[in-house]
Amino acid sequence: MIKNLSGLSIALIATACAAVAAVVLFTFERPPIRTAQIGFRGVAMEQLQNPRTAARLVAANQVPEAQPAADPPVDDADKASAVYENVQVLGDLSAAQFNRIMLAITEWVVPQAIRDNPDSAGGCAYCHNVQNMASDEVYTKVVTRRMFQMTRTINQDWNTHVGQTGVTCYTCHRGQAVPAYVWGRLEGMDNRASIAGPTGQNRATAAINYSSLPFDPFSPFLLRDQDIRNISTGWHPGGNPDDVRISEWTYSLMIHMSQGLGVNCTFCHNSRAFASWEQSPPQRLTSWYGIRMARAVNNEYIEPLTPLWVRNPRGPADFQHGARLGPQGDALKVNCTTCHQGVNRPLLGAPMLRDYPELNQASRGPLRTSEAAPR
Amino acid sequence: MAAFVTYQNIFTRIQVRPPEAYPGCKLPAGDAAREGKPGFVNLFGILGDAQVGPIYLGLLGLTSIAFGALAFVIIGLNMWASVNWNIVEFVRQLFWLALEPPPAHYGLRIPPLRDGGWWLVAGFFLTVSVLLWWARTYRRAIQLGLGTHVAWAFAAAIWLYLVLGFIRPLAMGSWSEAVPFGIFPHLDWTAAFSIRYGNLFYNPFHALSIVFLYGSVLLFAMHGATILALGRYGGEREIELVVDRGTAAERGALFWRWCMGFNASFESIHRWAWWFAVLCPITGGIGILLTGTVVDNWYLWAVERHFAPSYPTLWAPIADPAAVVQGAPR
Repeated sequence: MIKNLSGLSIALIATACAAVAAVVLFTFERPPIRTAQIGFRGVAMEQLQNPRTAARLVAANQVPEAQPAADPPVDDADKASAVYENVQVLGDLSAAQFNRIMLAITEWVVPQAIRDNPDSAGGCAYCHNVQNMASDEVYTKVVTRRMFQMTRTINQDWNTHVGQTGVTCYTCHRGQAVPAYVWGRLEGMDNRASIAGPTGQNRATAAINYSSLPFDPFSPFLLRDQDIRNISTGWHPGGNPDDVRISEWTYSLMIHMSQGLGVNCTFCHNSRAFASWEQSPPQRLTSWYGIRMARAVNNEYIEPLTPLWVRNPRGPADFQHGARLGPQGDALKVNCTTCHQGVNRPLLGAPMLRDYPELNQASRGPLRTSEAAPR
Repeated sequence: MAAFVTYQNIFTRIQVRPPEAYPGCKLPAGDAAREGKPGFVNLFGILGDAQVGPIYLGLLGLTSIAFGALAFVIIGLNMWASVNWNIVEFVRQLFWLALEPPPAHYGLRIPPLRDGGWWLVAGFFLTVSVLLWWARTYRRAIQLGLGTHVAWAFAAAIWLYLVLGFIRPLAMGSWSEAVPFGIFPHLDWTAAFSIRYGNLFYNPFHALSIVFLYGSVLLFAMHGATILALGRYGGEREIELVVDRGTAAERGALFWRWCMGFNASFESIHRWAWWFAVLCPITGGIGILLTGTVVDNWYLWAVERHFAPSYPTLWAPIADPAAVVQGAPR
């Protein structure tokens, strides 16, 4: 039979086989996929994981070795505020604790390449004028102060989300000045004077797992407090004006959370009734607070610093690298992936904060803003 | 040519090659001529009939293709425009791009072209094209002296298409309720539709539609397998066997009667298949039409009717924090 085929036919068959092989090879995940049941039998509440992905995530989420512990201050004279000039938020630490945190944050936030650069004085110059360490002239120092206050606020006020594990600078930064997973506003980016107006969706976008859902679910939900809920609470029509296109925004945010945490929908929902709190696993509650936490962080800590990044769009003058602003010139903000980075508990739940009690002594007031006058 | 023919193979082993390609019976008066010189393709002969062409286009066919092409081009140009006429991005993101219906605030009014107006235009042309093609299937059947079963089966699919893109949006009072034109976008729309309306799996008409969909697959497999298996007794000559049962028909009937106590006849199996196929989009269309118009949350509807069972939860129940935290945003 095959020998009767013409060259064209064989070429057609070969092309079709090659196309199918390419689709299978490049779009499907290579097995095995392991399934863990988390709900009652028969409700398909399962978590899927590929052991290769799991191994990669374990490797990518290791905590650096803790700095040697330092003693708390014995008296006021031992405090950093007494020993050093212009210590505004870490003044209650002992000088030893203060130095320990400076060493740690350099490792956590200043990129290795800059620390290796002899001009950076081991990375100190990334935030300090090394001739006058007290000076605020390098803007990164002002940002860092506010970030210390943010870390303290998250660990003190947001236990509903971060529990007792808490967060450190490293939870997001991972040795980078700008965390790897951040977002700038994309809404309106597809508005152009052409035959196709803006829809806010249908772009291949990594942050929403390459769905064709709205590509910026963050601006409405993690910056503004647009209503996330759009499933009706009764079965009679008339009370819920949201159409499918509006619900796609929520769907997009949920896809982002699923992607950012490396979990399925059923980690937080019984997918038979997404809206039902009665049937939801407790993770949904943690997650609900997480959305509010990300929103608060963006509004109270990230956005107000925007003028500093506008003045320094590529980082401090001597060590410029990487963008500080999104495509529309706004500050790069946090979403779920910023901390979670593919796992449902950041850094696989390692209690890193326990090794850095100093972070819980940062003073939360007065607020250090972008407008703090340089000295 | 071997006299003993078996059909128990993935591919057709025998290709009938007449001395000349058969152009078809004489067309009734008033019909246009068939187009194209018929030829034979060996590969096609393995999968189906080796003869290709001639094709009958006629006025209905040509106008249908013209309107369909117009809709296709409008959709394509909108997709291309949405990536700033960048051909590389157009190819790279083709599966993501879409022509979206107008936003909700336009209701059933005619929106500006760039804000959903093109969706209405493309949808109108596509609908005209589909309806003309339906008329073509009907008319070709009549002209050939056939029954109109194909046309009515096609009409069942058109019903579902019209419910999704026209009838339900009219009933809901907004074009925004319709489906976008796009590969992934229409799939994401479908998933979001189910979630928005509280899980379509609790919609009984959705369930019926799935029954007929999977039922069609099952019947198709049973029937196709039976006829292939009877090929060695001439079982593929189904129509003759309807009125004059031979050993093939008897063996096929016996096989199913022994297996499951009941068998369709050589005639009735085709009615089974036709009804299963057309009921899939008919029931599906009813289910879509009721969604949002009569039932806004199928899960809660099913709970009230006691057919959504409750399952034990394996954790301490949690309460809606928006109901607990004072003044919390939803």
